[in-house]
Amino acid sequence: MTTSIVLEDVTKTFKLRYHRTIKQVSFAKMRGQETSSVFKAVDEVSFKVEQGEAIGLMGLNGSGKSTLLKMISGVMKPDAGQVLTRGRIAGLIATGAGFHPQLTGRENLYLNAAILGMSERETNRKFDEIVEFAGLGHRLDTQVGHYSSGQNARLGFAIAVHVDSDIFLADEALAVGDKPFKRKCLAKMREIRESGRTIFYVSHAAGQVRRMCDRVIVLQDGRLAFDGGVEEGIHFLHYDGDDEEELADEETGDDI
Amino acid sequence: MERPAVAAEPVAVAAHRDLSGVPLTPPTAGNGLHAVFKKRYLLKLLVKRELSARYQGSFLGLLWSYIGPLCQFFVYWFVIGTILGLHDNVPNFGVHIFCGLVVVHFFTETFGAGTRSIVRNKSIVVKLPMPREMFPVASMLVSLFHVFPQLVILTIACLAYGWTPDFVGMVALLLGLLIAMLLGTAGALLFSAANVFFRDFSSLVSIIQMFIRFSVPMIYPFSFVDDRFGAAASYYLFNPLADCVLLVQRAFWVGSTPHPDEVAKTDLPPDLLIWGLAMTGAGLVLLAIGQLVFSRLEAKIPERL
Repeated sequence: MTTSIVLEDVTKTFKLRYHRTIKQVSFAKMRGQETSSVFKAVDEVSFKVEQGEAIGLMGLNGSGKSTLLKMISGVMKPDAGQVLTRGRIAGLIATGAGFHPQLTGRENLYLNAAILGMSERETNRKFDEIVEFAGLGHRLDTQVGHYSSGQNARLGFAIAVHVDSDIFLADEALAVGDKPFKRKCLAKMREIRESGRTIFYVSHAAGQVRRMCDRVIVLQDGRLAFDGGVEEGIHFLHYDGDDEEELADEETGDDI
Repeated sequence: MERPAVAAEPVAVAAHRDLSGVPLTPPTAGNGLHAVFKKRYLLKLLVKRELSARYQGSFLGLLWSYIGPLCQFFVYWFVIGTILGLHDNVPNFGVHIFCGLVVVHFFTETFGAGTRSIVRNKSIVVKLPMPREMFPVASMLVSLFHVFPQLVILTIACLAYGWTPDFVGMVALLLGLLIAMLLGTAGALLFSAANVFFRDFSSLVSIIQMFIRFSVPMIYPFSFVDDRFGAAASYYLFNPLADCVLLVQRAFWVGSTPHPDEVAKTDLPPDLLIWGLAMTGAGLVLLAIGQLVFSRLEAKIPERL
């Protein structure tokens, strides 16, 4: 088996600045107040992922999931430790895929695909497929700034799944889509999974994680709190409330 | 629901392409200026985007790239030329100004737009992995794109004055543009990253731009500098943009005057091409420094935007 992702003691520190201008900073210093504070968004996290594993990354809001995903995707660099990946990475970092609001959907599609490493020919070839998946044919020549958050996510997801990637990252990608679209996405992600690609999926929906993933990693205040089986992970987070199982949507695994 | 057994995975892996030959690397490994030129297709898209977005929402659009230098030209032509009387001192003073303006405007536009480029493309920078040097480089290429129509105008004007192109002159022109490209990119790299941390830097840029316009022999001839400072005039040439302007003047203005040989003696420094080569070297060093600082700051860019 080939290792797909390796994290070694990865740490990311953020500095919060309370004051921005020289006047504010000097006043705060004179009063003896703190002008900034440091916190670790991700704190010495290490794990290994084999090619073809489907990981569910879970944790409460602010536990460092998105930061961790950004470091795996290469948007951020860790301050200490190292992240290593093998092969091409594609995916969605938070909803809205980094589109330029002033460009049309079509222009953004080409730009986004190029950033994710697709060539012009590859994009042309997959263009119709992507547009059909996103279901945005009639709005393709409208500026993305006028899209709803759902439409934004649809286009982003459609591009990301059509990249010929080895690692697929999805950060709460399905949080804003409507139900038919969610169904389509889950089917597509299962397809990706069955093709043997590595999946890293961030979600709060226990049902979805149960369906998609075969391993769960839980972050708590930036630290690795749990790494193991899906059921144990969900139990660890106390997301498996007694009544939740019956309430989960049969098709999408969403909590209702 | 039963969770899928991990043991079933190797079968699925075989269906996907074999990655055992691909090395494990940091996802940010392939970044830097060299990566920018490897991803030419992406660069092309960004340049197109920048061309359509630089004057977003303005009626005259791209025309602003020409209105700016044109207005500057007429102000200098009238105030410096007519009111201060430089038309009498400098032959073809209009061409003299325009030579300077072409290269100065190229540099200031690269510097200014490049500095704002990362902040302007915030939505992409915070979410997608890519060499972020792309943005300042794309700004430089867009500004370079605007240089060509100006060169055409300059050529036509010079031909009307009886100028004939010469080989050394063309070498001087290329050298001048190259220096401005290197410096503009270096400045844009440095300031675009710094601008993320403190937006003060984009205000600083406009002050630097003002100094630049007066620190080059554009609205006054180099012979004035030589007269006023004597031996110290050679220090003036340590300003790489002054050399750029002189190189472009060597290419066009000198040949358009009635007595090119005399003008070349009084209004150009000796060894101009050597200075040009030295400044190209200096430009390369500055670019390397710009890249170094950029990579240092880059790690903190997404979180500070």
